[in-house]
Amino acid sequence: MKERVQVVENILSANDRLARENRAHLDRHGVFGLNLMASPGAGKTSLIERTLSSLKDELRVGVVDGDVATNIDADRAAAAGAIAVQINTGGECHLDAVMLHGALEQMNLAELDLLIVENVGNLICPASFALGTHASVLIASVPEGDDKPYKYPAMYRGVEALVVNKIDLQPYVDFDLEYFQAGVEMLNPGLVTFPLSCRTGEGLGAWLEWVRAGLKEVQQE
Amino acid sequence: MHELPVTESILEIALRHAQAAQAARVTDIYLVIGQLASIVDDSVQFYWDMISADTIAAGAQLHFKRIPAEMLCLDCGKGYQPGEGELACPVCGGRHVKVVSGEEFRMEAIEVESAEEVRAREEREQG
Repeated sequence: MKERVQVVENILSANDRLARENRAHLDRHGVFGLNLMASPGAGKTSLIERTLSSLKDELRVGVVDGDVATNIDADRAAAAGAIAVQINTGGECHLDAVMLHGALEQMNLAELDLLIVENVGNLICPASFALGTHASVLIASVPEGDDKPYKYPAMYRGVEALVVNKIDLQPYVDFDLEYFQAGVEMLNPGLVTFPLSCRTGEGLGAWLEWVRAGLKEVQQE
Repeated sequence: MHELPVTESILEIALRHAQAAQAARVTDIYLVIGQLASIVDDSVQFYWDMISADTIAAGAQLHFKRIPAEMLCLDCGKGYQPGEGELACPVCGGRHVKVVSGEEFRMEAIEVESAEEVRAREEREQG
């Protein structure tokens, strides 16, 4: 006779446990952690460069770059003035809490105010793996098309902020902002959204204010 | 594709609960997966056969219970399954909606055998 053993446990519970450790580590040092997720080419690295150049005189910023291979993104972040660590995932399509844990061990969090994690460019897998950052941010971009919330609902469900990049290209592409926003609103009601252009700088101010406010909140706790 | 780390987690959870129940073998694993969770059953099964090989869960049957994505219209109260490229309520067109299921991603239960049961079964099988 087989015996049935009740389990009822989230399949990624081990990752979630380690994510909570990462969060506690960040909290101890008053470091505001952001997890940037997007499809390849949406502008993750560009947004990091823009954020760094705007905040480098007021905040100490660390960047953890996840990529399948190469150090290109970490090099760009370091050139823009960040303390950068590259994680090569070796083919894995997302970062997980274990990888971030390893990266945090290479950094002195006492020297940081803001930690930006650049996840692997992918609209599916990163949403499933909590890292322990304070907020997940999805970067959509106008040329990707307005149907992405409908095609990748999980990604839009699990984020605390949305950046819509490349708004300067809107006159040149078919992007129905209303259809896009309706999908976002149904999946994640009230999601704070920042339409901006990393190329022209338009709309960046509101994004930077949100980052400053998040840091203040973490440092007050 | 992130089926390998997911499968590793499934093995870790199953072995931990089997050990707590002092089981000698895991025969079945019951998983509940929402349609919005992007996991391919066949890939999990493929990795499972490889990574469980030298454990007490080797050869265990994986059972996938798929939960469809369900939404609820907060305007008219109607529950519905979202269509292709459309999330709004098909009855009243409402966009004041919420996701009520489809994001499940858990192990519900395992079935195990004790050492005596394994011995008894093997004796039966040998005739």
